[in-house]
Amino acid sequence: MALKYVHEYRDGDLAKGLIEVIKGDLASAGFLSINKQGAKLKLMEVCGTHTMSIFRHGIRSVLPDSIELLSGPGCPVCVTAQQDIDAFIDLARIKDVILTTFGDLIKVPGTFSSLQKEKASGKNIRIIYSVFDCLEIAAANPDKEVVFCGVGFETTTPTVAASILMAAERGIGNFSIHSAHKLTPPALSALMETQGVDIDGFILPGHVSVITGINGYRAVFEKYRVPSVIAGFEPVDILKAILILAKQNISGIPELENGYERAVSEEGNPKARQIMNQVFEPDDSVWRGIGQIPQSGMKLRSIYSEFNALEKFGVELKERSEPAGCACGQILMGLKTPEQCVMYGKRCTPADPVGPCMVSSEGACAAYYRYKGC
Amino acid sequence: MGNKKILLDHGSGGKISHALLKEMILPVFHNDLLSRLDDGARIDIGGGISIAFSTDSYVVDPIFFPGGNIGDLAVNGTVNDIAMCGGEPKYISAALILEEGFSVDDLKSVLDSMAEAASKAGVIVVTGDTKVVPKGKVDKIFINTSGFGLIPFGVNLSGSNARPGDKVIISGTIADHGITILSAREGLKFDSDIKSDSAALNGMVKKILEIATLEKGRDERNRAAISERLLNSVSISDSGSGLSSSGSCLDSEPGLDSERNPDTCSGVHVLRDPTRGGVGTTLNEIAQQSDVRINIWEDAIPVKDAVHGMCELLGFDPLYLANEGKLLAVVSAEIADIVLDIIKKDEFGKDAAIIGEVVRPEPCGVFLQTSIGGSRIVDMLTGEQLPRIC
Repeated sequence: MALKYVHEYRDGDLAKGLIEVIKGDLASAGFLSINKQGAKLKLMEVCGTHTMSIFRHGIRSVLPDSIELLSGPGCPVCVTAQQDIDAFIDLARIKDVILTTFGDLIKVPGTFSSLQKEKASGKNIRIIYSVFDCLEIAAANPDKEVVFCGVGFETTTPTVAASILMAAERGIGNFSIHSAHKLTPPALSALMETQGVDIDGFILPGHVSVITGINGYRAVFEKYRVPSVIAGFEPVDILKAILILAKQNISGIPELENGYERAVSEEGNPKARQIMNQVFEPDDSVWRGIGQIPQSGMKLRSIYSEFNALEKFGVELKERSEPAGCACGQILMGLKTPEQCVMYGKRCTPADPVGPCMVSSEGACAAYYRYKGC
Repeated sequence: MGNKKILLDHGSGGKISHALLKEMILPVFHNDLLSRLDDGARIDIGGGISIAFSTDSYVVDPIFFPGGNIGDLAVNGTVNDIAMCGGEPKYISAALILEEGFSVDDLKSVLDSMAEAASKAGVIVVTGDTKVVPKGKVDKIFINTSGFGLIPFGVNLSGSNARPGDKVIISGTIADHGITILSAREGLKFDSDIKSDSAALNGMVKKILEIATLEKGRDERNRAAISERLLNSVSISDSGSGLSSSGSCLDSEPGLDSERNPDTCSGVHVLRDPTRGGVGTTLNEIAQQSDVRINIWEDAIPVKDAVHGMCELLGFDPLYLANEGKLLAVVSAEIADIVLDIIKKDEFGKDAAIIGEVVRPEPCGVFLQTSIGGSRIVDMLTGEQLPRIC
C-alpha cells in the first residue's frame, strides 16, 4: 500500500524547527512564559483525533508554558447524548435485531447498561468498519433487522446517507438507522455563546473540513472573530497550526486560515454534502454535557422514514439526566480540564468509565488518563 | 471488578486482563512459581535442574490468515513461551477442540501446518487430546498446546531481571501479526503484502544465550563438567534431550563456577515475546516486575510502512498490536551490540534494533521519546483497541 505523507509530516527536524519559531515569536512578543496575570494562550483543538495526536506525539511536552491546549467537543462518541445511547441499547434488545456500530461506541455507559454489556449478555451487536457492511449483513440475513447506530460528524454522515440511498435502490427493507449525527459549526457557535468560555484560537478539524471546506466555517468566524486554522493530524501539521494561531494572536488580527491545504479546499466536497442533505436535514440536537444546540443535528428526512429505526420499532427517546458529578460537558467546552473533575481517575477510569470522555480513545479524559496529562 | 460478566476486554492482555488475573485467578491458585508471571513457570525439579513449563490456548479468528494459520501459531506460541524462559523446548502436547461441522480439509491443513512448524522448531508432539462439541459451542477449532524445556545450567531469565543501564532490543518490525489478523477478520481489502510474523524463536534464543556465555569467556572445563552432570542426572530418551552446556549464567553454581563473578556473566536479563497486548504492554509488565523505568525511542522502533499506514487509517497504535514471531531482549549495555548482531543474523531477526534503555527506577513505567523530541507515557493497554469513528 503506497501511503504518502506518513513520514514527511513527522519529520523530527522540521518539527523541532517549528517549535523554535513558535518560541521565538512568543518571546519577541513578550509572551514566552505565563505573564503576570497568569494568562495563557488558550487554544482549543476541536477534534478528538487532534487530541489523540497531540498526546501521542508528546506535543504538549515541547510547547512553552504560555500555550494551553484545550480539548473541544469534536469527539463524536463523547457528545452523543445519554438518551441516544439508551435508545441504541433498547434497539439492541429487540428480538431479531442485529445492531451494528462503529467500535468506540460500544463501551459508552447508558443509564443502566452499555452495548458491550448487552453483547456479553448475548445480544447480536457487531462492530463494523464501514456502514456499507450493514447492507451486506442485511442482505445475508433477510429474517433479521439490521440497525445502525448513526453517530458522527460531517465526515461520516455522507456515507451513512449514501448507504440509505443504496438500500432504497437495492430494495433492502431490513435496514434502518437511529441518527444521532451532528454538525460542527453550530457547536462552535454554542461554545462561543457559553458564559465563561475563553478561547484564543481554534484548531479546526481536518477530516470534517474535507467535506465542509473552509467556507463551512465562514459564518461562525465572521460572527465571533476568533483566530482559526484548519489543521491536519500529523505533528508538523499541528505545530504549524499552533504557530499560525500564535502569530494571529500576536498581531491581533484574527483570520480563518487553511493549514491543511493538501486535503481541504475552499469548497470542500459538494457532492458529499449534497448526498448528506438529500437524506438528512438539520434539527435541534442534544449534546452530551452541553445540552440542546439549535439546528446542530441531522435527522432523516420524512421521505426516508422507513429507514428510521425509532419509528420502525416504536422506540422513544427518554429524557435522561447525566451521571451526577460527571464534568464531561464542561471539559468539552474547555471550562475544566479532566483532572478538575471529581470523578477523574477515581470512580471514572478507562476500565470502568462513567462519562463518555473517558470511553472513546479520542476523549479528552481517556487521553489524559492514558498519557497521565503529559 | 465492576463488571459481573466476562467481557472481551478481559482477554485483551491489557490492564483488564491483569485485573482478572490478579483479583480472581492468582488468589485461587496462589504459589510462588505462578506469581512470577513470566511467559512460563520455572520449576526446580531437583538435582540443580530447572525446567520451563508453559501452556497457551489458540482461538484466533480467522483460522487461516496471510503468513500462517492457527496450527503453526499454536506450535510457535508455546515454543516461544518456553524459549523466553530460557528453556529449550523438545516435547509439546496438542489438544484440539473441534466444532461439529468443521471442514476435514481445513483440519488437515491446520494439522499439516502444526507438523511443519514443529519440525522447523525441532519439537515433537508427544501427547494430545481431541474433543468435538456441538455446532456453535466453539468457533471452528480451538487448540491448546503445552510444553516444557530444560533450562541450561546458569540461565535465569525473568521479567524481574531488568536493571538500570540495560538496553532493550526488538528482534524485528512490530505489529505485523496484529494488523494482519485485523485486516483478515474484518475483510479490509488493502493492497499490501503484510503477513503474520508467526515463527519459532527458540533457535534465535539459543544463539543469544550461547553468545552471551561465550562473550564472557566461560571456560570449557566448567561447561563440560556441568553438561556431564546434567546428562547423568536426567533420563531422557532423545539423545538431543534439549540440554545445552551453554547459558547466560546468572545462577552461580558452587564448586563448578566459583571463580566467576556472577555479574560478568549475566548479560541477558529478560527475554519476552510481545504477543497479545504488543510491545507496549510487554514492556510495562517488565517495568512493573523489575520496578524500573524503560525509555524507548519512537524513531528506533521498526514498523513496516504498510503496517504504519494501516494503523493510521484505523486509529491503532502499533505498540499495542500483537506479534507472534518477535522477541524483546533486555541485556546489559556491554553486550547489547553483540546480541543485536546475533539477532540480525538470524532468519527471523534481520530488522532487529535497539529501541530503548532501562533507566533509574523513578518513576516506574514506560516512556516514549517521540520523533519530534516530545515525551509521553506508554501505559498498559486498558482493553481491546477499537477502530475509531472518524
